Amino acid sequence: MNRNPDDGEPLLAVDHLSMRFGGLVAVNDVSFAARDRQITAIIGPNGAGKTTVFNCLTGFYAPSVGRLTVSHSGQRWWLERMEAHRIAGAARVARTFQNVRLFGGMSVLENLIVAQHIKLMRASGFTLAGLLGLPVYRRAERAAVELARYWLDRVGLVDVADWQAGNLPYGAQRRLEIARAMCSEPRLLCLDEPAAGLNPRESADLSQLLTFIRDHHRIGVLLIEHDMSVVMAISDHLVVLDYGRKISEGPPAVVRHDPAVIRAYLGEDEDESESEDRADG
Amino acid sequence: MNPTTAVTATSRVQTLDWSAALKDAGLAGLVALLLTLPLVGLRTIEVQSRLTVEPHLAEVALTALLVFLGRLGLTLAAAGLARPVLAAATLALAAGWVLPFPTEALRVLMVIGALVVALRALWALHRRHDRLSQQERDRRMDHLGARFQDATRLIGPAAVMLAVALPFLPFADRATLDLGILLLTYIMLGWGLNIVVGLAGLLDLGYVAFYAVGAYSYALLAQTFGFSFWLCLPLAGLLASFAGVMLGFPVLRLRGDYFAIVTLGFGEIVRIILLNWANFTGGPNGIAGIPRPSFFGIADFTAAPEPGRLAFHQLFGLQYTPLHRIIFLYYLILALALLVNLFTLRIRRLPLGRAWEALREDDIACTALGINRTTIKLAAFAIAAMFGGIAGSFFATRQGFISPESFSFIESAIILAIVVLGGMGSQIGVVIATLLVIGLPEVFRDLAQYRMLTFGAGMVLIMLWRPRGLLAHREPTLLLHPRQSAFRRQAEAGGRP
Amino acid sequence: MDYFLQQLINGVTLGAIYGLVAIGYTMVYGIIGMINFAHGEIYMIGAFIAVISFLVLGLIGITWVPLAVVIVLILTMLFTAVYGWAVERLAYRPLRGSFRLAPLISAIGMSIFLQNYVQLVQGARVKPLPPVMSDVIVLMDRAGGFRVSVSDLQLLILALTVTLMIGFTQVIARTSLGRAQRACEQDMKMASLLGIDVDRTISLTFVMGAALAGVAGVMVTMYYGVIDFYIGFLAGIKAFTAAVLGGIGSLPGAMLGGLLIGLIEAFWSAYFSVEYKDVATFVILVLVLIFRPTGLLGRPDLEKV
Repeated sequence: MNRNPDDGEPLLAVDHLSMRFGGLVAVNDVSFAARDRQITAIIGPNGAGKTTVFNCLTGFYAPSVGRLTVSHSGQRWWLERMEAHRIAGAARVARTFQNVRLFGGMSVLENLIVAQHIKLMRASGFTLAGLLGLPVYRRAERAAVELARYWLDRVGLVDVADWQAGNLPYGAQRRLEIARAMCSEPRLLCLDEPAAGLNPRESADLSQLLTFIRDHHRIGVLLIEHDMSVVMAISDHLVVLDYGRKISEGPPAVVRHDPAVIRAYLGEDEDESESEDRADG
Repeated sequence: MNPTTAVTATSRVQTLDWSAALKDAGLAGLVALLLTLPLVGLRTIEVQSRLTVEPHLAEVALTALLVFLGRLGLTLAAAGLARPVLAAATLALAAGWVLPFPTEALRVLMVIGALVVALRALWALHRRHDRLSQQERDRRMDHLGARFQDATRLIGPAAVMLAVALPFLPFADRATLDLGILLLTYIMLGWGLNIVVGLAGLLDLGYVAFYAVGAYSYALLAQTFGFSFWLCLPLAGLLASFAGVMLGFPVLRLRGDYFAIVTLGFGEIVRIILLNWANFTGGPNGIAGIPRPSFFGIADFTAAPEPGRLAFHQLFGLQYTPLHRIIFLYYLILALALLVNLFTLRIRRLPLGRAWEALREDDIACTALGINRTTIKLAAFAIAAMFGGIAGSFFATRQGFISPESFSFIESAIILAIVVLGGMGSQIGVVIATLLVIGLPEVFRDLAQYRMLTFGAGMVLIMLWRPRGLLAHREPTLLLHPRQSAFRRQAEAGGRP
Repeated sequence: MDYFLQQLINGVTLGAIYGLVAIGYTMVYGIIGMINFAHGEIYMIGAFIAVISFLVLGLIGITWVPLAVVIVLILTMLFTAVYGWAVERLAYRPLRGSFRLAPLISAIGMSIFLQNYVQLVQGARVKPLPPVMSDVIVLMDRAGGFRVSVSDLQLLILALTVTLMIGFTQVIARTSLGRAQRACEQDMKMASLLGIDVDRTISLTFVMGAALAGVAGVMVTMYYGVIDFYIGFLAGIKAFTAAVLGGIGSLPGAMLGGLLIGLIEAFWSAYFSVEYKDVATFVILVLVLIFRPTGLLGRPDLEKV
């Protein structure tokens, strides 16, 4: 099934992940993998358990069962055992949120600097060197600003870098959140519905940004998205969830014709192909 | 409501609905009546050691009437009758000064109420459209805050210079310096608490516990081991900071409001322990005879020094006066307070300070960026505790006497009020709020009994009106385009499409 | 054994009072997710209104105890309900959706305000009230043993608490108000979309909580016979601890928590030290929050991401 069977160990391997809330099984024995330099999309109808998978991955929920392995740089991390901040800091998994979570009262630039906290904290000698105003820290801060400038440029927010993040229009806030995640220099970037609430032009820009990130940075992207135009255009690999179970997996071209997927959803604008498929089947 | 009034009301197009306005004001009056009837109207007094009630019903009726009129005035002013309302309110304002009232509190209520109504009416006349949206109001206030903050670049150094020069000004007598020391102590505490509340967004209701730890550390170390003040000062800071870590570690994972009540609990625990562990802390009697500080260990502030010791006035060849020690204490607390201020200004530009502010804005996003919430919070808690402890040992050495009474919840509430009223995170706000909260009641002794009442009301009003503080405005700690002025950014941010 | 039994009776009485106050905390927390810091002061105001009412009734000659107690209860519940309503309307409602700490700070301000308001108008001195009911039923009086007794007043407090609890549970379970309340607890936005008047529901929650705190105020006045403007502070924290211990948001939890706190306090004072009885409460609060934040009967609450 893998497009690159020679790729060796995947960046992220999810094995038999289950998450129960009391009696409700939100995620039921889901396994899939996400690879470096690929965009892997998790799709499925509302309530399929996509965000729960994300929350397990990023340490906000402790999964009931399952193993979540991230491997890169010759090391391996088992996320299900790690605290949320270590997942971000050590395993280098960054995420965005369905309902944008920026530091609204801080400036756009400050948002991106906070994202480089760990690096800067070390450079400031855990604040001591910084308090004394040593040049080590000033150099590090300048480098951090340069990285921020690079990503601001990428998402088109250089001009508004000194605005309050909370005052940005919605689309810009979404882009800023992605830039902020990228400033933490992750190896796996998890995006929770990045196109939600965007207009078609903004969606197209987003697709471009994501392909740029994949092609020019050593990173794997994991994506939850409802906007099929985005998903189909940029994903290398699709995982389809329904009622907490994985019902299909594979490249977009294959998944879109999978009868199970069509039955579960892939609705409206695929009506014709659906009826064709039904006829074929 | 009969049909005719309904018709007239609609025919005059949302200008004024008399019956609704009267009903609304009537309801407000009725609530005021019910609220004051038992507590204000029926005072319990002791007559020959038996409790009985004394009616004050006129005050109740008057309060209800005033609330009714005030509410009506506000509604009418907003509904287009600004001119007559303004006239009536001005009249009421004048009448409030001269008319006889059963109590002064009622007079104050009338004057302030009339003032508010008059201002509301003026505002309605000034602005044609009657009500600003919350967002628009915030933007204006923020603009004002930005302008004010620009001004503090001048006010700040000027205030520091004034503070430095104060002991040598002609009017600076003992009382002035004592007041200055008191104010500076609270400013230091306010700045310390501001780190936790203003920057990190953690509502600490037990800050006074660290103040107490600092004070008792100094008193006990100095009395049992004979340590000097200059050794004890950092030690007290460290001990308080250690106490902060010990108390903070288990509770920092808690949600904001749980955290608040647990810190309140800790504050009380510390006080209860101080009160009851009599053979260690002296219990309710406290500790007396706490040694005074020396002049950096070189000289003492006494008229006649002990053999082998130098006196301050001898060292500098001055005439002895007890004022020397006061002046020295004044400069000491000024330096300590400025140290806290300097620290805060600096830390805001460092990763730790930025992480605190980010934590205040959104702690979940912080975690997703790899920031360990617990250690960051712990750092804020420990550092603020350290400053609290240092302020505490200063308090102990200045007073020469401490007892658990000085460290009750009221103290925590006062320090919190200073931070909240001044605008959380605002350094100059703390200074202004201290002048208001501590300075005013010291100057106007008659008002002292209304002090806590006003704080409480003030905290509620500030939260209703502008939760981040009256003149709160946050400048970014780092700019990508430093040449653009603050105003330009502001105008752009406000005037976005 | 005798001594233990007596402490048990005292503890249960105390627990009933805490439980009634705790219900106010738990309901408000359940519906709008904030600690109503001023709730302890409502209880204190209830105690003052009880004292005043008893005195007034004495002056106008109503001295038949059952009638007097009923009238005092009704008056106190009425007036504290108005206080509860006003506090919510003035200090909390405008802050819905404001920044995180705002309602909490407003509540603290309100608490300070009410405390000092009562101190100013009623004076700072302790208010003693001559005992209203003083009959005692001796349960056990062995020679050489400890005399175990239960007073009429303790029985009244327990009976009243049980009655109120049953009535109250019925209100929540059966009436449309109760349904609206539970709906708002689940999802306020959805409830308002479905036509529930959220503001009114929240107001009524405060009114009910305040009325119950008022009843607790009457009880404490009759039980101890002395009150002052400061009693709301500690009682508030203890009742809040009770609510947390029982599982915040849960009504039976609040009652259970109140009972436990009352018992712990009684036994701690009896067997360890009176001085540190308040420390015991705080320690329980901290331990519960750290190790079992959902309390004994509460539902788990996941951090919303």
